Amino acid sequence: MKSSVITFPGSNCDRDMDVALKKFGFKNSMVWHNDNELPKSDLVVLPGGFSYGDYLRCGSMAAKSKIMQSVINFAKSGGLVMGICNGFQILVETGLVPGVLLRNKYLEFICKNVFVKLDNKENTYFKNLDKKVLEFHIAHNEGNYFCTKDQLKEIEDNNQIAIYYCNNEGKVEDQFNPNGSLKNIAGIFNKEKNVLGMMPHPERMIDQSLSGEDGSIFFKNLINNIK
Amino acid sequence: MEVNEQIAIDHGLKKDEYKKICDLLKRSPNLTELGIFSAMWNEHCSYKSSRLHLKKLPTKGKKVIQGPGENAGVIDIEDGDAIVFKIESHNHPSFIEPYQGAATGVGGIMRDVFTMGARPIANLNSIHFGSPQHKKTKNLLRGVVHGIGGYGNCMGVPTIAGQTSFDSSYNGNILVNAMTLGLVKKNKIFYSKAAGLNKPVIYVGSKTGRDGIHGASMASASFDEKIEEKKPTVQVGDPFTEKLLLEACLELMAGDSIIAIQDMGAAGLTSSSIEMASKGNLGIEINLDKVPCRETKMTPYEIMLSESQERMLIVLENGKEDLAKKIFDKWNLDFAIIGKTTNTKKIELFFDNKQVANIPVKTLVEDSPMYNRKWKKTKLPKKNKIKKDIYKKLNIKDVLKKVLSNQNICSKEWIWRQYDHTVMGDTIQKPGGDSGVVRVHGTDKAVAASVDSSAVYCWAHPLTGGKQVVAESWRNLISVGATPIAITNCLNFGSPENENNMGEFVECVQGIGEASKYLNFPVVSGNVSFYNQTKEVGIKPTPSIGGVGLIKDYKKMVTMDFKKIDNLVLVIGKTEGHIDQSLFARAILDEKNGPPPEVNLFNEKNNGESLLNLINKDYIQSAHDISLGGLITAISKMCIQGNKGIKLKKANNFVNELEYLFCEDQGRYIIEIKPEDLKEVTNLLDKNSVHYDELGIITDKEMIINQKTKLTIDELKSYYTNWLTNYMSA
Repeated sequence: MKSSVITFPGSNCDRDMDVALKKFGFKNSMVWHNDNELPKSDLVVLPGGFSYGDYLRCGSMAAKSKIMQSVINFAKSGGLVMGICNGFQILVETGLVPGVLLRNKYLEFICKNVFVKLDNKENTYFKNLDKKVLEFHIAHNEGNYFCTKDQLKEIEDNNQIAIYYCNNEGKVEDQFNPNGSLKNIAGIFNKEKNVLGMMPHPERMIDQSLSGEDGSIFFKNLINNIK
Repeated sequence: MEVNEQIAIDHGLKKDEYKKICDLLKRSPNLTELGIFSAMWNEHCSYKSSRLHLKKLPTKGKKVIQGPGENAGVIDIEDGDAIVFKIESHNHPSFIEPYQGAATGVGGIMRDVFTMGARPIANLNSIHFGSPQHKKTKNLLRGVVHGIGGYGNCMGVPTIAGQTSFDSSYNGNILVNAMTLGLVKKNKIFYSKAAGLNKPVIYVGSKTGRDGIHGASMASASFDEKIEEKKPTVQVGDPFTEKLLLEACLELMAGDSIIAIQDMGAAGLTSSSIEMASKGNLGIEINLDKVPCRETKMTPYEIMLSESQERMLIVLENGKEDLAKKIFDKWNLDFAIIGKTTNTKKIELFFDNKQVANIPVKTLVEDSPMYNRKWKKTKLPKKNKIKKDIYKKLNIKDVLKKVLSNQNICSKEWIWRQYDHTVMGDTIQKPGGDSGVVRVHGTDKAVAASVDSSAVYCWAHPLTGGKQVVAESWRNLISVGATPIAITNCLNFGSPENENNMGEFVECVQGIGEASKYLNFPVVSGNVSFYNQTKEVGIKPTPSIGGVGLIKDYKKMVTMDFKKIDNLVLVIGKTEGHIDQSLFARAILDEKNGPPPEVNLFNEKNNGESLLNLINKDYIQSAHDISLGGLITAISKMCIQGNKGIKLKKANNFVNELEYLFCEDQGRYIIEIKPEDLKEVTNLLDKNSVHYDELGIITDKEMIINQKTKLTIDELKSYYTNWLTNYMSA
């Protein structure tokens, strides 16, 4: 399985994602933001970080960089595109997934483990996962998901909500919402479910010695689903 | 403008220093030259009050690749790998503008590390604020934490450990000390020594603006009521540009184009160019028209003294200009050939086709003033005689509650959850432990780092305090299973022109030297920050020690959380009941006098090495060193982190129970072992003549101190975890 991780100026989780993808069997290529063409890929990942310093608006300039046209075309033709953290912010700026990401409710960067509840397993990312709740890790300043009422209705009607912040038992309540996201939304799909944007970093949960191993479960399942 | 003595004094130079400049040049300097002298001869850059004493620190050792004198120290961690590390202060700017001051402190120290070819792999910080009740404290704390996070998070370097304290002596002068560790291959370390004639001198990074002019001079003076006017001397950071600069420099460093490289930190282009020339025993010629400027009509004076951030100066091999330019173009960074090395041993500056400065390099470096300042010895204070009936009025539970929720003990999670501590995917011990630990990427090795200071002890008796901080750093590394290798120090003091403050400095340095020599824990880098003083009032002497150690097999790393019910808990080291200068004495008894606990270096070494031996033999389930708050505070933290209780035995000890629980005798660790290992463990300790006591047994959810005193873990947690969050949201 071939994957590509895009490096924008200011990306800083690109190496971590490369390490994770390779660990679970992907043949990964690092792709420079200024390239024109994507290499042949089964999965494209927009990694975390501070592309273009988060200046103007998180993700806004990266969404306009050269390679993104090729990524957008790839997504529109049904290719798997996953945006993590800053990658999610880039995805909303391209319009591939609906909504926006505002500053965290308490105006502070948050770095900690969180639990997320899977809502929708009818897609390549989460299909066949036994667990309903995964422990992931967040590290962001702008992860407060927001969209209009009409958009929300559309998202819900189309089952586009991928994961919610919750507790270890899967309870989705305000007290488990780390950043003020609408409806505790931690990640969403496009209508066709081939594009996934999420704030949590599965690539930081791939080793018992690190924060935990639910990231390993996610990646192992993902590569099996793609095969 | 004609330069005269008054202008020199306005630049922070003394009358006789100005006279010396005129004598050295055999003429009066022009304004640009005067600016350069003032930047190079100020305390921050010249170490004129401290050099004499710093020379006495032990800086050599088998594992030391590079000691003080370079951008950072370098130590050997085997297999061809090395760690580059240093701590540096950014105190003065952080008080004036906390966000930018702290942010650029973090940016500056990371640059010092990647200048040497190392990729930064961990950040730490030691930050000290005034009393929580002081009107500025909350905003300063918030600004500093946001600044540290803002810069480090964007760079994608995890912040893995730190220290925060509050004391009214910092009301007018907060401290922000930032430390960075970088990883490099031993044969790919870059230095700042220029070599060869007619080699191109390259400027890369951000453009030069008018920010931070005279920053280093500002940091070499006390504060007064006019502090607001100093805002323009604070630099403005751009972590995004620094991230690009990091990647571009490392890309260029992969080849063999660079002869010497130096970041533009304090005193900007001035100190970087002069340092490279001085180390190479060369001259340097710079055409200031070529320097990329952010603003129009900048004068030579401004260009030379600007402290704009994210800039580097490189001496390149001839013919490598195009290759280097291509890399910096790729990363969208400025690249300019601004001069060349010469054989004149002078710094010669040209602007608008005129020579605007011509100074022998030696006069700026070797001939810079060095002072043997007057200093006063501090006598060891007499021990307090605390009347035992005071103790009768105290209840252990109430005292423990006050101690755990004390601002200098309580959980600092509100701070560190704002720092990305997991990026790079190798953080195996996050903040909140004795040391932060990161793996050496792709290997079985890990590096542990800790930063410590004990201003109260240093204030009571600087010599003992200096020793104690080094010993505590050593203990913090051992507690996680790391073999201590070397330290970096950030020496924060009041005015060296005051003989009491100078005495504190001299004796703290002496204490640091004694301990680091005894423990074979040499000083490889550091920085001095004097004039942490507002009018006549200086801070408590606060040397911060950053220690680094190696864990050969990261699976052997130890954490402090209690692991298993029925396991046994022991204390290594002797508990003798030293209460003076303890948190208990100061916060509960309101007693501020007396000596700090004695530091017995033999016991420190013996106890520490014996524990390390037990860890390597896999006997230790959890460990934690005993420091501020004493034995019961240490045990409480282990209970909280492990979510387990403990049943303590009655102490087989002559000291009063409160003194036993809260005293701060040094050289002690709490350890958890399996019951079946008790015999082997105690045999080993006995064999090495290490004193130990059995403390008790791990239980489910309750801490039982004696028959009358029981606390649930939830109670302990609520005392320990809430203070800072409540304080910041109030």
